[in-house]
Amino acid sequence: MMTKAKLAMPVNLLEKSTAEPMKRPALDSKVTIEQLNFFYGPVQVLFDISLTMPSRRVTAFIGPSGCGKSTLLRTLNRMNDIIPHARLQGRVKIDGTDIYQTGMDVVRLRQRVGMIFQKSNPFPRSIFENVAYGLRINQLVRSRRELDERVEQALQQAALWDEVKDRLKESAFGLSGGQQQRLCIARALAIRPDVILMDEPASALDPIATQKIEELIVRLKEEYTVVIVTHNMQQAARVSDHTAFFWMGRLIEFDPTEKMFTKPAHQMTEDYITGRFG
Amino acid sequence: MPEHRLVDHDLNRLRDKVLLIGGEAERAVAEAMQAFISRDSQRARAVVDHDDAIDAIELEIDDLCIDVLALRPPVAGDLRFVMTCARIAPVLERIADHACNVARHALALNLEPQVKPFIDLPEMGRLAVEMVHASMDAFATRDVSQARALILRDHRIDDLYNQIFRELLTYMIEDPRTISRATHLLFAAKHLERIADYVKNVCEQVVYMVEGRVIKHVGIE
Repeated sequence: MMTKAKLAMPVNLLEKSTAEPMKRPALDSKVTIEQLNFFYGPVQVLFDISLTMPSRRVTAFIGPSGCGKSTLLRTLNRMNDIIPHARLQGRVKIDGTDIYQTGMDVVRLRQRVGMIFQKSNPFPRSIFENVAYGLRINQLVRSRRELDERVEQALQQAALWDEVKDRLKESAFGLSGGQQQRLCIARALAIRPDVILMDEPASALDPIATQKIEELIVRLKEEYTVVIVTHNMQQAARVSDHTAFFWMGRLIEFDPTEKMFTKPAHQMTEDYITGRFG
Repeated sequence: MPEHRLVDHDLNRLRDKVLLIGGEAERAVAEAMQAFISRDSQRARAVVDHDDAIDAIELEIDDLCIDVLALRPPVAGDLRFVMTCARIAPVLERIADHACNVARHALALNLEPQVKPFIDLPEMGRLAVEMVHASMDAFATRDVSQARALILRDHRIDDLYNQIFRELLTYMIEDPRTISRATHLLFAAKHLERIADYVKNVCEQVVYMVEGRVIKHVGIE
């Protein structure tokens, strides 16, 4: 059963927010999903999913619309909690800690597991304030200087700094679609998450902006564990290290991306990625 | 489930072109051998003249592969199929080149008396034609057992080549005036032996296309 979030703070999930980012040794597994079932009211949409996503790698979820990949993505930072009558069975562990355990601080969890959505959603504020917002409300900086540094660092990580450094006070709405999406990524990076979830982050962008986002994703895995949902098979092939194929709420295949796109183990995967069924 | 994908049109064209060049290569080997055995220079010249048409098919396949890779990026089985076509088209074209070379040796030999009765060479030619044909069957029907069986048959051609080599050596030792003609014969046999090697390469690609398994350089075990 899905547990209600409480504000008590679990141990090892919460210790990194103000610390300087550092090179962490690559772990075998960052996110582990164990026998996960998910229901919207009486309707079961995910069936017995077990999956281990390695640290500092990009994992892509692919599958036809309605296969449950976005739902699964949203279980990784408990975004489904806000949906009435949603119910989860099974376990989702990040660094070995069950994020659905009683007492989990969901706000802190979402700091550690950031999310980028299909449509960029900058706040109606300046470029600077968009990135600074999370740092301020979470009281993650002690001085204006530190705030400036963290904003610049996040914008640089999101490959946006050079394009906006002279117009930080301008409205975020003045940016192009691709820049707005990278601003949202910078906003997520500013609070130094461990895991970044991306739900079709480039589906509304032109090829040049898409390419920038893809290059960014590949760079981000040096420090972060990235999970991306995409309908664009070539994008999954280009950016991910592992790919999971879902069909009708079931995990059909999870393999290194190279194998998935050259020699998939399951006929159903082959049929899907070669367009034999939609 | 849609019965027909956009990419299927291109893949079918690609398959047809590969079967076409395979058929042309097979015919070139058969005709070159007929010209050789029957000492028919006109037939031999026709084989050489037809080679440009075979080269053109190879270029068409090359273009088609590039188009499919650029416009409909294939994955999984489709990708392996396109890669197989791209890899075996030049191999089949080279088989036709070897057939041309056999025909050229026939043209040279037809200007002189026959050095010896042809016994093993026609058998080599027959086997080579049969192997080219069977490799195209294996490709068309995705028959990996047939492909593997053909790879194992390669040694038969090697044995025949070694036999011809030894036999021709005795002719050359016995009568040095036969060296030039015997060398032409030996070269023709070598071309047939190479054709069988190329058939082996085609079959290795068929196994890759169907199973995704790379068996070249490591053998079928």
